[in-house]
Amino acid sequence: MDGKILLANIDIPGIRGFDVYRTHGGYAAVEKALRHLSVQEVIAEVNRSGLRGRGGAGFPTGLKWSFLDRKTDKPRYLVCNADESEPGTFKDRYLMHHLPHLLIEGLIISSYALGVNTCYIYIRGEFKYMVGILENAIREARQHGFLGERILGTDFSLEIYVHPGAGAYICGEETALLESLEGKRGNPRIKPPFPAFKGLYGCPTVVNNVETLATVGPIISMGGEAYSKIGRGKSTGTKLISACGNINKPGVYEIEMGLPVEDFIYSPGYCGGISGNKYLKAVIPGGSSVPILPADLILNTARGEKRLMTYESLADGDFETGTMLGSGGFIVYDEDACIVRNTWNLTRFYHHESCGQCSPCREGTGWMEKILYRIEHGQGKMSDIDLLVRVAKNIEGHTICPLGDAAAWPVASAIRHFRKEFEDHVLHPAEVLSKERSLLKVF
Amino acid sequence: MPKVTIDNITIDVEEGTTILNAARKIGGRIVPPAMCYYSKLKGSGGKCRTCLVKVAQSSAKDPRPMPKLVASCSTPVQDGMVVQNLTSPEVAEARKGIVEFLLLNHPLDCPVCDQAGECDLQDLSFGYGMEETATEDDRREFPVIDIGDKIKLHMNRCILCYRCVYVADQLTDKRLHGILYRGDVSEISTFIGNAVTNDFSGNMIDVCPVGALTDKTARFKSRVWFLKPMDAHRACGKCPGKVAIWMFGNEIYRVTGRKDQFGEVEEFICNECRFEKKEPGDWVIEGPRHIKRQSVISANHYEEMKKQSIIDPIAGEMNKQE
Repeated sequence: MDGKILLANIDIPGIRGFDVYRTHGGYAAVEKALRHLSVQEVIAEVNRSGLRGRGGAGFPTGLKWSFLDRKTDKPRYLVCNADESEPGTFKDRYLMHHLPHLLIEGLIISSYALGVNTCYIYIRGEFKYMVGILENAIREARQHGFLGERILGTDFSLEIYVHPGAGAYICGEETALLESLEGKRGNPRIKPPFPAFKGLYGCPTVVNNVETLATVGPIISMGGEAYSKIGRGKSTGTKLISACGNINKPGVYEIEMGLPVEDFIYSPGYCGGISGNKYLKAVIPGGSSVPILPADLILNTARGEKRLMTYESLADGDFETGTMLGSGGFIVYDEDACIVRNTWNLTRFYHHESCGQCSPCREGTGWMEKILYRIEHGQGKMSDIDLLVRVAKNIEGHTICPLGDAAAWPVASAIRHFRKEFEDHVLHPAEVLSKERSLLKVF
Repeated sequence: MPKVTIDNITIDVEEGTTILNAARKIGGRIVPPAMCYYSKLKGSGGKCRTCLVKVAQSSAKDPRPMPKLVASCSTPVQDGMVVQNLTSPEVAEARKGIVEFLLLNHPLDCPVCDQAGECDLQDLSFGYGMEETATEDDRREFPVIDIGDKIKLHMNRCILCYRCVYVADQLTDKRLHGILYRGDVSEISTFIGNAVTNDFSGNMIDVCPVGALTDKTARFKSRVWFLKPMDAHRACGKCPGKVAIWMFGNEIYRVTGRKDQFGEVEEFICNECRFEKKEPGDWVIEGPRHIKRQSVISANHYEEMKKQSIIDPIAGEMNKQE
């Protein structure tokens, strides 16, 4: 695709280093923002662009920034959420690995707009090798006067610190992330108060995803108006999609919002169709926690319209017949994939990652895993399927943080759309267990 | 002052009061149960989710309902807020689910548990739980350990309310125990077997809503409902010295803080009062303690009480039969 914004220069050799990045137009956005735009103008550009949070919730970034408490005399913080741990999502890793300066650029402009002088990148513990890449990029930026005291001769100063976590999915939840950053146990906080008022060290804080912040630079370069023309409706701009599963070309793709899902799966420029010439069975389009959809519903909505890669189109039909764009972790299953086995695998993950603070998630995730283990291993009962639905319903919406919802949705949606498969596991266990099933034969 | 309506009862409360505390001000059956919130411990609450309520109207300015059920212990009221607790079937259903989760790994060893009779989880299960269990899986098990020489920890019974952690944080000078691990294998434990010896550590026993933390000087001596709770005090240099002593004949079996109708102690007491002063001569006995909660303890008639006020729903039935 020509309209690449974030990944436009990714194929240039040495783009990870400062010099190559600079010669290809890097840091021009920082110069433009700091030299020629006021704080209000930068915020106005971001507002005009219609940029929405790329971490999963899709909350308008400009609106989130506007909540930041600017009245107190406490310091304000910007935290970049690089704790990308959702199964199926690996777009931020790709972005930071190849284009660390794009993120730094976005951080500088965002900090300028938010009046922040200290910025943290909270990076997942498993991305240890990335700490060096980012710190190297920060050092280069400082050497060239883009970080530190009085950047580009203006009054604005900024320091960026990289903080690796210890590898907990829950620390991707913004308040758990802040707790972890403060050196405490990564338990989500009870909201309100929201981080915009009481965040890191009790000070006003904005937490944004890597991709969201990286997009701020290009928005300033091209102007918010121009950015908002890309995409469709309220889903403006481009989105990184990390595609994986039974497809011919897994990888990270930058798409313009509004691309039909069918084109994304089958076009040779993207996923390149299902591997082994098999049929498409189901897709989880936004990271493991969004509802799974069967082939007919992912390609077309229940109303018969073509399903597009936008926040709105994927959510069309709510959870009955729709799903969410989420973080863009696009997982494709072919005809041989066993939905029960996959659902069991996902519950194993959420069981392992629950922080254990509030009771529905602590007890419910483990319970769902046990029930699904039974069904998958031929020891299930018909009543177990309804029990699963009930447990998922009792977790959903009753927890402190969204991890409970994230654990409940895949189970509820898998049973909603593939109930027959669950029943087959219960009724004909010998037959099901003897069949060749793709994915996850490790256990 | 904000005006809030809970189950059709309207009350004026201070700015910043939580829904739970507003309901407690009204009192009676509409008070949501709370397993982790403890008004005297800062930061407690929000974890057990038994106090979930429905907010049918957020405030006078914004009449929309809140999209999800909210934890009443950590949600402040707003003027014109309308809350449904007993009147909402959705809340009843959710609470039933929460009780099921809390009991999922609970050993249900009430017959041998010292807390039986004054256990919040027992009351909660009686009030909101289901009659049979839906699980057929093994319950998780932990070894029983000593936390210091006076406190026994049955981790199997723990519901991870974090109250004892807050006691250690806020009453003692140095916290030596906390939560280890995460998810459903997380446990309360001391740091590599350290003993908890602080002067106020005994209050962990009082705040524990279940039988996870029990008093080693009193355990297995008697069921609570065979004992007579008496208000007593002594001059103590460390704490206010106002306690409840639990007597069998003329012997003091155990000493606890004085708990109010919501199961919270009025004043925290020191370990000396709790563990060492077990002679009647140590105490000035004020008289029988009135147990306000609906409790089996009161059934022992240690105090002149009308049957009616002891266990309301059952008393009605009994009168009819007589």
